[in-house]
Amino acid sequence: MAADMRLLGLVEEFVSGLQDGAAKDLATGVIDGKCTALEIVEALGKCLTNSEPRIRSRGIQLLSQVLLLSYSSLKQREVEALAIFYIDRLKDHYIITPYVLQGLKALSMSSVLPEGLAVTMLKALFQEVHVQSLMQSDRHSVYTIISNLMDTREQELKSLAADFTFGFIQAMDGEKDPRNLLMAFQISRDIIVNNYELGNFVEEFFEITSCYFPIDFTPPPNDPHGISQEELVLSLRSVLTATPRFAEFLLPLLIEKLDSDVQSAKVDSLRTLTTCCRNYRKKELKEFLPALWHSIRREVFQTASEKVEAEGLAALQALSTSLSKSVIDSDAEDSLDAFLNNVLQDCKHHLCEPDMKLVWPSAKLLQAAASASYRACSKINSCIFPLLLEQFNKHKQSSQRWTILGILKIFIKLIQKWDRDEEDENPLCAFKDQLCVLVFSALTDSSVQLQMVGTSTLAVLASQQDLLSSSDIELSVDHLNRLILQEADPQVCAAALEASTIISAIQPSAFITKMVPALMQDLNTERMEVKDDGEPLAPSGNALHQRSIQALAAISTHPSIVKRTVPVLLQHLTNLQKGTSGNESDMAILICQSLQLVAEHCRGAEESSQYFHQMVVPCLLGLAIQTAVQDCASEIRLGILCEEQVITAFGTVISTAYSDGETERASRTISQIVALYLDGDVSSLPENNLCRKFQPFQSPDSPWPQTQLIALLQAAVCSLPKNIIVPQQERLLERLMELACTSDHRFTYTSAAKCIAGLINKYPAGEQLDSVLQDVLKKIDSGLERNAGVCAQATSRTRVFTLLLWLTKSLVLRYHSLAATLTDKLIQLLTDPELGTEAADGFSVLVSDSSDVLNKATHADIRIMYRQRFFTENVPKLVQGFHSASEDNKSNYLKALSHVLNSLPKQVLMTELPSLLTLLLEALSCSDQVVQLSTLGCLHPLLLDATQTMSLHVDTLVNKLLNLTSSPAMKVRIASLQCMHALTKLPPHVILPHKPRVIQALAKPLDDKKRLVRKEAVRARGEWFLLGSPGS
Amino acid sequence: MYLHLIRSINDPEHPLSLEELNVVEQLRVNVVDHENSVSVAFTPTIPHCSMATLIGLSIKVKLLRSLPARFKVDVHITPGTHASENAVNKQLADKERVAAALENSHLLEVVNQCLSERL
Repeated sequence: MAADMRLLGLVEEFVSGLQDGAAKDLATGVIDGKCTALEIVEALGKCLTNSEPRIRSRGIQLLSQVLLLSYSSLKQREVEALAIFYIDRLKDHYIITPYVLQGLKALSMSSVLPEGLAVTMLKALFQEVHVQSLMQSDRHSVYTIISNLMDTREQELKSLAADFTFGFIQAMDGEKDPRNLLMAFQISRDIIVNNYELGNFVEEFFEITSCYFPIDFTPPPNDPHGISQEELVLSLRSVLTATPRFAEFLLPLLIEKLDSDVQSAKVDSLRTLTTCCRNYRKKELKEFLPALWHSIRREVFQTASEKVEAEGLAALQALSTSLSKSVIDSDAEDSLDAFLNNVLQDCKHHLCEPDMKLVWPSAKLLQAAASASYRACSKINSCIFPLLLEQFNKHKQSSQRWTILGILKIFIKLIQKWDRDEEDENPLCAFKDQLCVLVFSALTDSSVQLQMVGTSTLAVLASQQDLLSSSDIELSVDHLNRLILQEADPQVCAAALEASTIISAIQPSAFITKMVPALMQDLNTERMEVKDDGEPLAPSGNALHQRSIQALAAISTHPSIVKRTVPVLLQHLTNLQKGTSGNESDMAILICQSLQLVAEHCRGAEESSQYFHQMVVPCLLGLAIQTAVQDCASEIRLGILCEEQVITAFGTVISTAYSDGETERASRTISQIVALYLDGDVSSLPENNLCRKFQPFQSPDSPWPQTQLIALLQAAVCSLPKNIIVPQQERLLERLMELACTSDHRFTYTSAAKCIAGLINKYPAGEQLDSVLQDVLKKIDSGLERNAGVCAQATSRTRVFTLLLWLTKSLVLRYHSLAATLTDKLIQLLTDPELGTEAADGFSVLVSDSSDVLNKATHADIRIMYRQRFFTENVPKLVQGFHSASEDNKSNYLKALSHVLNSLPKQVLMTELPSLLTLLLEALSCSDQVVQLSTLGCLHPLLLDATQTMSLHVDTLVNKLLNLTSSPAMKVRIASLQCMHALTKLPPHVILPHKPRVIQALAKPLDDKKRLVRKEAVRARGEWFLLGSPGS
Repeated sequence: MYLHLIRSINDPEHPLSLEELNVVEQLRVNVVDHENSVSVAFTPTIPHCSMATLIGLSIKVKLLRSLPARFKVDVHITPGTHASENAVNKQLADKERVAAALENSHLLEVVNQCLSERL
């Protein structure tokens, strides 16, 4: 009884007291089983039968709100009673209807709604409610009820047959709200896709949805519902294209809308056409084909918009595809054939017209139609190839020939799209001879453009299976040889190299017999530069050698070719040592680049990769070591193979070879290399009768030509994938440490430091790593201590600093716990009188990618976002250090800071920069150009995006930026003028006071001696003139 | 070499630039650096073009703003391409009249519109 009293109290509170919170309490009661929905109805009692509609509506509102919260706890008996009650209420006063709909919505979600009630509910809904005169939210309730019932009571609703469809048509007819439309479109699509009966209402159904096509909707600004035009367009399209039964209505509509002047309408129509073609076949399309083709052709021929053109071509392809899938009736004509005839007829004559105006659009149309199916392709090709071949011979101008050949190329390419049966002949066979003649004539033409397209067509032609005969291929290779070795234009030569790469992968033998010998012969002929003046256009001897080397790399696509090209390259490298022309080292570097390219080609190809490891790596090591050992014995001129850059180039080749993922091979040869360096075991080298022992680690006795070869060891051991363990790692690290701390040769100790860093980066975490690191740290600490009065100390401290720097980078990358300690040491060094500047520059090493070690290619352990982390951890320290530093050291801090700032993406910086602003402004007065430049680079985006903050400092900015416009460095002048230009984006009242002064000051850079500076000055000054003037 | 300064000036009546309309061409621009002189001849689109003075003024203003002060800037109509060629040339050559024209805020507005960077 007490419960009843409470219930009555709550009901009273809601209905008379207008307290909405009571509904929630009641709903909780129902869910917890303390009371039932029917008890609430009883408690509502009188107010549901009250003669005042307002009171009744309040009563229903309470009940509906309770039900919306508690519908899942209702029992079937209750649902039945409530449903009958609510259905009856639909006849009541109109102000009650919204709440009745809410109640019905709640009941429609109940899983225990008894059979039959769904139908009754909908019937009553369609009969009693005029949906479109309701408010938006109530219309939304109606759609929700329908959609809920469709989800759960599909069979029952289908018993209503076409009445259901008709009811829905009436309900949504005239809907305007985008939120409701999205829902209505979804229901419409479900009705069609789930095979609800449409009966006689197909056309009506189409009408009530298609009247929205094409959708033109711009969401209001700050729209909380986030409905986009795109969503509505896609949703409507899925309704319109859902069934072929709409075809007879939809296709005329699309043809009509294609006539529209609005571009989005055209695009939408074409896309809808493309989509509906997936379901349509000949039966639906046939009647409208001429009109559709007419519209598409018009759009492609006349449009200025690439988008419309692309959609038009896509639609044509879809039409052609759909016709290709249609079953051919035995009696009727082949509709695809007829359609393509139509297309051909309309496009063909454009290809033949002498002014060639519509050649490309026609070609694109034909190509779109042909790319639908093999059948379409053959049909169009058989017609188009003779025509184009004839046209090519008819036109004599190379620009016209260029166009035609370009089109031919596309059609040849198209054929590759389909797999042919083995026994089917390549459809191009009939035209093969003509095509070859044509392409070869293009290759010998004087026009560069024509030669280029000829080369790429040759590549396409040669990649066709069983088309060209071996003599054709040989002839092609002869042509390519000529283009590579004799052609003056570098573009043509590059195109020829590209074509050689493609063809050699398919036809290796012709390249082995023809091209490799030709290139080899070229490399072996010594040309005197003077000889060439008879033919001013031909490339000089040196350039030719370069081309041959590049070509050898380009064609190394097949194992059998690699075995021929690599020895030639290595032989040439060996011969270079005896050369005297002075450019041997450039050539050696070029050869290394080519070898690296070959190594990259070899990846994944077992046979070539194996060969590369066996041949190239030992040979390079052998060459380098032999030179290093013999040089000091004979005191003669040091060869090119002792030059740092040549050794670095060697290193890149070795590194590429070892970073290949092939575990077994790499781990076998790596132990030989380690033995070679640690123990002087030369047995793995190709020629091992050295005149002296190779002992790079015998520091300090070992001479620098030997020790610098540590760079090659580093290239090998630091490039290995993580799962390969470097043999004798501890011993290696120990010797490297020794070398890094004792060698006087810069390249040697830097390489050793990099090598240590590379090994430590991949060293498995654990006690062993920690103890190794502790040792290193101790050495570093004692090495960095300054003892006044020891002269030789400068080098030794630089050495230790180099080691510290690379080790820090290695640990920062892998988020090791010691990274912070090491970074702090580097920050401390910024105030060091000897190492300060080097430490500042070192920060750029820490945050930028290095080319040889500790990068992705060498499988280093690099955590994502390490730069951001480094930024947040260390920038505050740098800022603090800057403020407390003495004047001499401030620039070091700024430089370090600017390196860190520059490495971060601008969008990340934007949030952090305002807090650093005062510092940046100070940095503008720093005398270091690197600092100035990077600061200007940071300020520029801020001026554009953070105008509020920047406005506060406008006086300082104008002064300092104007000062920098007369900097001695061109880049600084340009960047400061760009910032001056960006300054005009600040609010006018802030900058206008400076206008006269700025305009006067900017007159000076107008007369700068560099064109790029003048250009920026003109831009900035012009913009300042416009400030505050009328019309700007 | 100085064409790049004036090629992008907008025509007061068209959405096109002076270069696109062939009003200014490279071969009608003469620069003698050591004599500090720049001379530009422009060709109005039609002989009775009412905007000729305005176009000339825009070119002149643009050059004055973009060139170092040492240059003497001469802007005139390509001989024989405009009905009132002499009158326009005289106006453009007169320093006082150019200065006075730019104090007319309406005229300045149109000139500035021609000189605004197009987005």
